Amino acid sequence: MIYLLYLFIFGFLLTGIIGLFASWIDRKLTARIQYRVGPPLLQPLNDILKLLGKETLIPSGAAQYTFLAAPLIGLVSVMVVSTILWVNNMNPQQTFIGDLIVVVYLLLVPSLSVIIGGFASGNPLASLGASREMKLILSYELPFILAILVPVIHSGLSIRLGDIMATQAQYGIIAFSWSGGLALVIAVLCMQAKLAFVPFDMPEAETEIAHGVLIEYSGTLLAVYRLTKHMLLFALPFFIIMLYLGGIRGNGLHLLYGTLEYVGLVALLSVIRNTNPRLRMDQVVRFFWGPMTILATIAVLLALGSY
Amino acid sequence: MGILDDAFLKSLWVFHLATGSCNNCDIEILDCLTPRHDIERFGMLLTGSIKHADVLLVTGAVNRQCIPRIKRLYEQMPQPRLVVAIGECALSRGVFIHSYNCPLPLDHVIPVDVYIPGCPPRPEAIIAGLVKLIDQRKAQTGQAKV
Repeated sequence: MIYLLYLFIFGFLLTGIIGLFASWIDRKLTARIQYRVGPPLLQPLNDILKLLGKETLIPSGAAQYTFLAAPLIGLVSVMVVSTILWVNNMNPQQTFIGDLIVVVYLLLVPSLSVIIGGFASGNPLASLGASREMKLILSYELPFILAILVPVIHSGLSIRLGDIMATQAQYGIIAFSWSGGLALVIAVLCMQAKLAFVPFDMPEAETEIAHGVLIEYSGTLLAVYRLTKHMLLFALPFFIIMLYLGGIRGNGLHLLYGTLEYVGLVALLSVIRNTNPRLRMDQVVRFFWGPMTILATIAVLLALGSY
Repeated sequence: MGILDDAFLKSLWVFHLATGSCNNCDIEILDCLTPRHDIERFGMLLTGSIKHADVLLVTGAVNRQCIPRIKRLYEQMPQPRLVVAIGECALSRGVFIHSYNCPLPLDHVIPVDVYIPGCPPRPEAIIAGLVKLIDQRKAQTGQAKV
């Protein structure tokens, strides 16, 4: 019962609220970079509420049940992953061995749900977007996992998030070491690709394939997809803060630092997204499998040499 | 007037449909998105997919080739949906009124909620029209005018 409460309050409500706020920061910052005024604070919430009140259309060529189920798979996986992260952050000793691996797997599921939904909708542009998303996953997963290996090595080959945070509480945060700093940069770029933000927004490219995978979604289902995206905008930076920057501790100055780190990461994502053009698929694969994987391997080797 | 209707009026996503216009009205619509006018202040966004849209902005004299396509796009929009006719051509066919190719004005093809005249209308006029659209909708759903 207590776990259901955790799932609802922390996994859904708190994550949702922070995610909506983060997406407002992103939109407002985008507007300010372009010398515009930007949307009001409650705009992301209004968008979600509006979509809940709209009609949900199911295309006649779609695989009906898969089309309806795909957004929910993504939402549930983000809820579970943020619950695990919150519990870890509040009480590092309470969790199970291997939760790092569970988190990495669950963070992949929203992308998979986008692929399933795109193929199920039976629209050629959506299929194109889904296939691009698939290639994107194949390209960023390798450097992302190599970058995650760095904190694992630093904390004595432990695959528990609690141990990684305890190590950082004891010996200082991992990002201040050479290998940790390098891995943080790689992880931030992989996070950009996981969120499908520009320059890695090929699956959704508005101007090119008209929202790609989401093109046939409307009403409540689109609201669920947008909420999933907003919640990922909380879960991913939070995960990175826990891995490299020691997590957000709830006492006094640490809470302020943690919040600043989080807002800073969201702002960094937004600035990267506003100052770069969209890349082609082959350029992205070359970027992640070339320089990023080589840098990540160097970071792992440095970590093994305890730098 | 529920919370959903309220949210609907605060986040109108527009879909831009040019039915054979000369691009002047289209450029003025794009002007509304630029830093000077910035309609994202009111929560309006330009969407690329008709399934995401709340408002259909139509420009241009409705020609024969376009009529079935306009109807199909209108039917694909999820409810509740609004239509705005922008520019003289969409209102009354403008200089094309005697053309063999433009048999009907827009409001004989699909229902239109707000007409914005001008050739082309200024961005301020388009924004004023959208505000009127919001007021009209509020009056219909039973909320006092702002």
